[in-house]
Amino acid sequence: MEIATQTPFHVLAVDDSSLERKLIEKLLKTSSYQVTTVDSGSKALEFLGLKEDQKSNASTFPLYQKETKVNLIITDYCMPGMSGYDLLKKIKESSALRDIPVVILSSENVPSRVTRCLEEGAEAFFLKPLKFSDLARLEPHLSKSKDVPEMHNLFKSKMGLMSKRNKRKRGEQDENLHETVGVTGPRLKLTPSD
Amino acid sequence: MDVSMLQRTYSDLLTSLFREGILNQQFTELQQLQDENNPGFVFEVVSLFFEDSGRLINELISNFNQQAVDYKKIDAYVHQLKGSSASIGAEKIRSVCQTFREYYDKNDIQGCYNCIQPLNQEFVTFKSKLEALFTLEQQIVAAGGSIPMMRH
Repeated sequence: MEIATQTPFHVLAVDDSSLERKLIEKLLKTSSYQVTTVDSGSKALEFLGLKEDQKSNASTFPLYQKETKVNLIITDYCMPGMSGYDLLKKIKESSALRDIPVVILSSENVPSRVTRCLEEGAEAFFLKPLKFSDLARLEPHLSKSKDVPEMHNLFKSKMGLMSKRNKRKRGEQDENLHETVGVTGPRLKLTPSD
Repeated sequence: MDVSMLQRTYSDLLTSLFREGILNQQFTELQQLQDENNPGFVFEVVSLFFEDSGRLINELISNFNQQAVDYKKIDAYVHQLKGSSASIGAEKIRSVCQTFREYYDKNDIQGCYNCIQPLNQEFVTFKSKLEALFTLEQQIVAAGGSIPMMRH
């Protein structure tokens, strides 16, 4: 029987803010993900082997190595130049990249924005700042792209550790009104009020 | 100074920061990300915030002092500041940024203007309190003690 070392789950995180990149990197590394951070959509595409001006033709960009293969993309929505939405579109338009799940992060909960992203194929739309609980909620949706049984146990233990330390009372208002919206599967249909 | 006195001072300061609404739960999330492998994590992140935000606020103030104020530009700065303050749990700063943006959305220039001084003040307060907190941490560690865990 072949004993294969499981390559760690590789996340590409995209955000123009260095503070945000530092935070998200720590969060992901603490959860045992392998992380690459870039500061723009165009750098993300470059990393993924897709040049902006190239047509999305599978044969024109290099097959990337198993070690660098990206299993999840987490991107900020609001970025100068290429937005997270634009990046999402480009990824979903690419035959080589469209199967990589993309998660959008935003500091604002705008229903029309959420709908747009989910309709374009985003796996989830989370409000910043990203938390361990967001990753735990996301994890079941990722297992279809890669077998991540160890991750599941890790999240469970992390959540257990978190709840022991926090001991938050039920019904206690989250002071920064953090809400997670739009985790797909079944697809969330949001009706914008405006 | 006695380690337990330092620890007590630290706990009291941290508790008051939460009680006064200067910090929120997100700061605790940051503390939980810190571990033996990366003991300076919170300090590094908050230092980054001091740098970035200090710069942003200076830009904000100098933009406001110009003949023709570019409110769109200012709103963009405030948007950034709101995001980063939310990410580290700087609740009061985040809150003033939110108020500013609400005034901006209503084209209430006076309202916007009235937020600038409080924003600067909250930043100055936040910086001095967090610096005091980090100094206490250093003193506790130097005296051979451990940093008390925050209990909510």
